[in-house]
Amino acid sequence: MALQITQSCVNCWACVDVCPNDAIYQDTPHFLIDDGKCTECLGDHSVPQCAAICPIEMAIVDELGVFLNPPGSLTGIPIEKLKEFGLWREAA
Amino acid sequence: MELPVISNTAPAAEGGGCSSSGCGTAPDALGHLPDHIRAKVQDHPCYSEEAHHYFARMHVAVAPACNIQCNYCNRKYDCSNESRPGVVSELLTPDQAIKKVLAVAAEIPQMTVLGIAGPGDPLANPGRTFETFEQLSARAPDIKLCVSTNGLSLPQYVDEIAKHNIDHVTITINCVDPEVGAKIYPWIYWENKRIFGIEGARILIEQQQKGLQMLTDRGILVKVNSVLIPGVNDEHLKEVSKIVKAKGAFLHNVMPLIAEPEHGTYYGIMEQPEPTPEMLQDLQDACAGDMAMMRHCRQCRADAVGLLGEDRGDEFTLDKIDVMDVDYEAAMVRRKVVHDEILEKLDAKRGIVKPKHEGIPEGSRPVLMAVAGKNGVVAEHFGHAKEFLIYEASPEGVRFISHRKTELYCGGMDSCGDGDVVDEGATESLLDRNIRVLEGCEVVLCSKIGYEPWGKLEAAGIAPNGEHAMEPIEDAVMAVYKEIAATGKLLASADGRKAA
Repeated sequence: MALQITQSCVNCWACVDVCPNDAIYQDTPHFLIDDGKCTECLGDHSVPQCAAICPIEMAIVDELGVFLNPPGSLTGIPIEKLKEFGLWREAA
Repeated sequence: MELPVISNTAPAAEGGGCSSSGCGTAPDALGHLPDHIRAKVQDHPCYSEEAHHYFARMHVAVAPACNIQCNYCNRKYDCSNESRPGVVSELLTPDQAIKKVLAVAAEIPQMTVLGIAGPGDPLANPGRTFETFEQLSARAPDIKLCVSTNGLSLPQYVDEIAKHNIDHVTITINCVDPEVGAKIYPWIYWENKRIFGIEGARILIEQQQKGLQMLTDRGILVKVNSVLIPGVNDEHLKEVSKIVKAKGAFLHNVMPLIAEPEHGTYYGIMEQPEPTPEMLQDLQDACAGDMAMMRHCRQCRADAVGLLGEDRGDEFTLDKIDVMDVDYEAAMVRRKVVHDEILEKLDAKRGIVKPKHEGIPEGSRPVLMAVAGKNGVVAEHFGHAKEFLIYEASPEGVRFISHRKTELYCGGMDSCGDGDVVDEGATESLLDRNIRVLEGCEVVLCSKIGYEPWGKLEAAGIAPNGEHAMEPIEDAVMAVYKEIAATGKLLASADGRKAA
């Protein structure tokens, strides 16, 4: 059970500092999650910390590829606008 | 407050930076401060209008993470074509930052201030931020340290800030009312959760106010930045100004919202209007009754280097500083000499007695003029000016109002690799755009001007004037004002125009 970082990641380091398992590491072109270390924060926090601080929609997905922060969920920008600006994806 | 012209002063700025010579309000804007605070800011370019002509600053981008979202910010910060807060070209580790600071300080001895301003929130990156400060205070004790923050984690780190001798902190405070805040901040990260809306804004405001009080209680200088967002917090900022002053902030910097669709911010995409220069000025004037206002801010990048208004960051990229050999002990000796010379010059300048203005009919209304200037004189060709300096002339004298950039923004999203967006501004010619930038001004002073812009300016009701080339700006503005005033056109009875 582990979360993953997608191509949307902007390498802002926010998740690295809040991960209780030191599971996130720098890589190119973006940060990655060590699936051997990630627990999705079970036992430590009520919500996965990377997804709770990540400022970028669609940057973190679960094992099924489901966005933890889907398009529009963080900014409140309506889906139509996101589509118009090329900022919308259906899946990771 | 009387703000007369300093007559016949020699061009003040040396080698770039702000192109005005006096920026009008300089020594008086901080006049209410006790001597020990004035002493602290006299060589700080971001706090003292006077100092920004002589002293330089730099930011190191060691703080990428953020703990809140602002609707004017896009966390995709890597765009080298833009100049605005939150944008940087390359992130640095603390070790790289130290190397860069020492290289810049040796190369630009006027650099007195090192700030950490992002591109995220410095206090959301406490490890990287404080390690940088710690190493720097040990290796370059002659550099002042500053930090800016959104305030959310401020109370937690006030002691750490005091420990590192950081005596200047900037807090961005856009509101004191959570309902206003919810329109600016969609969420915060707080106690291991993302908190949305009014509740998030309430916590943020509480922490900002608490942090502000804790800092001023410890004698640490606090400047407050506010982003003017029309229809959201414009009227509200007057209250913000009162409150932060009461809590001991010494300077309020109200900045215009930057919101272009191509920046990909919420406000940009949702077409939130930016304030006009007039709106900004009116609000700054309204707040000025309660609070010292800052008007020379250039809304710089989180990795800016050099005098305000110039950016020498390109000279100090990682690959370039890698091959620089810096002897900082020797540099510090040179720096001291340069600093003492500048401070001596500033002291001498403060002694100059300012003349009264004669020959202006009483009751003449103020006039805004735009100046294409460089190093304190009317020097630029109209078409070459990258920014216009806006001055207000009135019977009381000439005061600097603001800078208006002629090319503020990057070319569009294609340079940021962010998809296809039509640049709606592309159909407007640069000349039309520049004329639009001069809205509210009645005169534009420049060294030379072409036939086409001349006609278009006149059609827009702005009188072009190329007769004062190479004269000190304030003298030229006053001379033109006197000419207009002498005709009696500025008196209410003769004036068809709405008084400014």
